[in-house]
Amino acid sequence: MAKVRKGIEVSIAMADAVAQANVDVIAAYPITPQTHIVEHLAEIVANGELDAEFVPVDSEHSAMSVCCGSAAVGARTFTSTSSQGLALMAEIFIISAAMRLPIVMALANRSLSSPLSIWNDHTDTMLVRDAGWIHIFVENGQESYDNIFTAFRIAEDPEVMLPVAVNFDGFILTHMIEPIEYEDDETIAAYLPKFQMKNTLHPDHPVSMGCFGMPEIYTEAQMQRESAIRESYPVILKAWDEWGKLTGRHYRPVETYRTEDADYCIVTMGSYGETAMEVVDSLRQEGEKVGVVKIRLWRPFPNEEFCRAVLGKKSLVVLDRAISFGGPGGPVASELRSALYQKEGAPVIVNTVAGLAGRDVSRNDFRKIILEGKAKAQRGETEGFDLYGLRG
Amino acid sequence: MKTIYTRPKCLKPAPFHYCPGCGHSIIHRLMCELIDEMDLQGRIIGIPPAGCAVLAYNYFDIDICESAHGRGCAIATGMKRARPDKIIFTYQGDGDMAAIGTAETLHAANRGEKITSIFVNNAVYGMTGGQMAPTTMLGQKTSTSPYGRRPDVEGYPLKITDLIGTLPGAAYVTRTSVATPAKILATKKAIRKAFEVQMAGLGYSLVEVLSPCPTNWKVSPKDSFIYLEEKMEKEYPLGVMKDITTKKKDS
Repeated sequence: MAKVRKGIEVSIAMADAVAQANVDVIAAYPITPQTHIVEHLAEIVANGELDAEFVPVDSEHSAMSVCCGSAAVGARTFTSTSSQGLALMAEIFIISAAMRLPIVMALANRSLSSPLSIWNDHTDTMLVRDAGWIHIFVENGQESYDNIFTAFRIAEDPEVMLPVAVNFDGFILTHMIEPIEYEDDETIAAYLPKFQMKNTLHPDHPVSMGCFGMPEIYTEAQMQRESAIRESYPVILKAWDEWGKLTGRHYRPVETYRTEDADYCIVTMGSYGETAMEVVDSLRQEGEKVGVVKIRLWRPFPNEEFCRAVLGKKSLVVLDRAISFGGPGGPVASELRSALYQKEGAPVIVNTVAGLAGRDVSRNDFRKIILEGKAKAQRGETEGFDLYGLRG
Repeated sequence: MKTIYTRPKCLKPAPFHYCPGCGHSIIHRLMCELIDEMDLQGRIIGIPPAGCAVLAYNYFDIDICESAHGRGCAIATGMKRARPDKIIFTYQGDGDMAAIGTAETLHAANRGEKITSIFVNNAVYGMTGGQMAPTTMLGQKTSTSPYGRRPDVEGYPLKITDLIGTLPGAAYVTRTSVATPAKILATKKAIRKAFEVQMAGLGYSLVEVLSPCPTNWKVSPKDSFIYLEEKMEKEYPLGVMKDITTKKKDS
């Protein structure tokens, strides 16, 4: 693959990235809207363009199990799923992180049943928030392509050895044709060295994985997982930093737009970030001192960087794409409230849940969400959350 | 004037969303005719799959409970155990029945659950856009087997109906097709028998129906019926794998 800029469907570009990353094993079960990625990978493998095993398994549960098996013996491993598929593989998804297997997943975010919906929101990824995977959110096709490489680089770092999910919005990104800059194979090879797993299963150097844990050891094992994901943070920064030096495209755990002098900010995750920036531009022209804060790294949660970005602001309007039923607010807003609790200069948080199951959130909707959020903050109405656009 | 042909009472007057030439609409109609003829509308519950028939509730005017992908026979088990007076059927495709739901299906059959499964086999994952299914035939091209299914890499067509025919809990297991009018009538007869077996409390009943998918086979609706007879019926021979009512008669 040569360095080239082309108009291409985001799913196809992600599949091309997986091929450029020279993966050894791909296992997946088809689910909308993930299908184009695995179909294109099946074709690449069948064409002989990538020397890899493509395993069209019987279910997502088996897909993640195959991934665990291949990663355990040192194969660079990729899968992709969505929604119900993620829910079905949840058992093994959690175990893969505990076994420290550096699997990379393209997670095409889609709502969970019921009602059955194939459309986009973040309810699926919130289901596995606490599974021990590293979660990256991207907002456009280029970021989707780029972060396949950074995900492998992070996952396979001997200091990390954790699976990484690249969250990208179903349909809004999976089925969108965008201009995407491909890197040449030499750049990728330089950035992503051959995978050499230290603790692979091998008869010459026996290791055990996924063992039984008595109460005497379970707590310590959990702590090891917690330490591992926390300690991945500097490696993630370095992986993004080096990618930025190579390509000129820079990523940070928390990214900001026009926040320096902002009184208040809208906080988003995923593809809505682009709409938010446009709306903030127009609000700025009207004199609103508003900015955008985008959470790119969801796990490990970038506590310090987030606080640095928002302390001193008057308020945050946090846009959630999922409901935590019976909870104190949307999952993102709840975390942000927790991160800011008792911090000096902490902004108040107003929480809006919007865009469930692909319901469009237009620029005009964003405008309303931002301005109404600001007014609510001024009135001190910061409990719970609003469900934007609720009919009836 | 005498009415000799009409829409079944329990087939809602809604246009099918299925592709032209798809077999689902034929099978839906057959089932609705039977529900009318056997007077089951008030006591039958259907369990559609994740797959092309996911919207079956738009067509069947009966109680419907949607199942997560592959879980039909497990849900049916719960219903039948709690309400043995109801007639419970699952309506499943090859992905639902023979891939993601294999475990539930085999174990429900093995327990001899008094439920009926209608298994529509078109040798491809239809709804998600034509990927390889466990029932895809050797050499058949799909979007995940672009040069045709290879036994050494993707394995062989899975004949789950034959497997179920070997289980003691299964009472009536058969394979039919909708390739011709005569075969369509035979399919109707088989589904009637499957319901009768359930109502008699004899055990699990299964009708596999071979059905065309012109869209994903990439042939015309007309040619898809030829493909169905010439290719699919060769790989999946029609006939009864198990029928305990016949055995009883013999003895």
